[in-house]
Amino acid sequence: MIHIKGLCKKFGKNKVLSDLDLNIEEGGVFAVLGPNGSGKTTLIKSVLGMVVPDKGRISVMGEPIKKNWKYRKKIDYLPQIANFPGNLRVKELIRMIKDLRQGESNEEKLITLFKLEPFLDKKLSTLSGGTKQKVNIVLAFMFDSPLLILDEPTTGLDPASLIHLKELIREQRLKKKTILITSHIMQFVAEVSDIIIYLLEGDIYFKGTIAELKAKTAQTDLEHAIASIATTPAHV
Amino acid sequence: MFKILKYSFYDLIRSRWSYVYFLFYLLLGFVLLFLNNDISKAIITLMNVIIILVPLISTIFGIMYFYNSKEFTELLLAQPIKRSSIFLGQYFGVAGSLTLSLVFGLGIPFVLYGLFKSDAIFDFTLLLVTGAFLTLIFTVLSFNIALSNENKIKGFGYAVLLWLFLAVIYDGLFLMSLIVFKEYPLDGFSLAATMFNPIDLSRTLILLKLDISALLGYTGAVFKKFFGTDQGLFISMFMLVLWTVLPIWRLVIISKKKDF
Repeated sequence: MIHIKGLCKKFGKNKVLSDLDLNIEEGGVFAVLGPNGSGKTTLIKSVLGMVVPDKGRISVMGEPIKKNWKYRKKIDYLPQIANFPGNLRVKELIRMIKDLRQGESNEEKLITLFKLEPFLDKKLSTLSGGTKQKVNIVLAFMFDSPLLILDEPTTGLDPASLIHLKELIREQRLKKKTILITSHIMQFVAEVSDIIIYLLEGDIYFKGTIAELKAKTAQTDLEHAIASIATTPAHV
Repeated sequence: MFKILKYSFYDLIRSRWSYVYFLFYLLLGFVLLFLNNDISKAIITLMNVIIILVPLISTIFGIMYFYNSKEFTELLLAQPIKRSSIFLGQYFGVAGSLTLSLVFGLGIPFVLYGLFKSDAIFDFTLLLVTGAFLTLIFTVLSFNIALSNENKIKGFGYAVLLWLFLAVIYDGLFLMSLIVFKEYPLDGFSLAATMFNPIDLSRTLILLKLDISALLGYTGAVFKKFFGTDQGLFISMFMLVLWTVLPIWRLVIISKKKDF
């Protein structure tokens, strides 16, 4: 699904990704984890083409992404911080994204699911953080693309919405889609993900299932396993 | 690109500032016609206003719009849209709505006053065309500055400095160098110096067309002597096109390399 080879990226003197190789197979939920500043968002943004890599090759579904933009039709992206143009109404924003992407969409179902009807005519600048995140989720899930990238999807969500989000992710997984998630909530990661990808200092430190991770670190729960992974000497 | 242009344009058309800008020109047009009672004279006064004010408004509007629509840009970058389309669409949206305000704001009073019956219609059209060019040029310059500066305060500062330099300081330096080097032949120098400032270029262009030698000044006189009226018009128009196209080209190149 996604092939990354020799990816390097520096911001000024700060080396964020160094010679990163990663293969993401088709189907399943992949959790990209790592401490703050380990390059998770940069990795995701490189795949999306928002960050231009210094070196390395990335291809999505067999297509190299350099100087290409059409491949983004196959990707739904949920950005980390829900920043929207403030003077648009929720309804207008949804209509605009639909117009720009020109595909089948099922926003009504999602709007009902997250109880967003009362906010449809409100301006985005007046919404609370959690409501903005719900709009963000609707925008990311309303198209039927084979690859979903969710950057910190749980931020600001109330428990009921969190449950809906998990259901949505499970639904997409059953449709054999590839889902990439970053999160710091280990309980959430443990519930939804199949494969853990652990980033440390700009490179892949570990890639495998949760069971493998626990066995490797000799820990019984994911949170402790993740916390102790960087101190485990063996390198995959 | 046209979809982005459409959204940027609608967004601006709904904003209060477009109306303020439009009403300002409307008022200016009526007041000048009322005071001068003559279309040709009003055009000369208007030229002096347009040449300073259009660049200022375009610069500030352009830079504010770019920084304010940062979220919109980031949202668009993750969509299947070419990068150059995003920035060109936004640019033409801003420049287009500013040009419309200018054309309608000034056009309405002059048409009501009887522009179509007067022989000043070509002069007036040229004034609007020059105003449109200045809008296009200074909006794209401010977009360039904003794209190269992540820091809003810095970007804003550079943009205002650019305007101040081209509108005021440049003329001062130009004049000073004419005085200092008055013993040398300065034709070539002053021609080049005019070409390198879109504001001076527009002024010369309009004055050449109006054919008012008293207002032409040194550069205008050199221009006229050198190229004659028609060729002078053509060359200054060509330079204005270059002033628009080159920064747009830089905008596209830079936007392709930037990280978001």
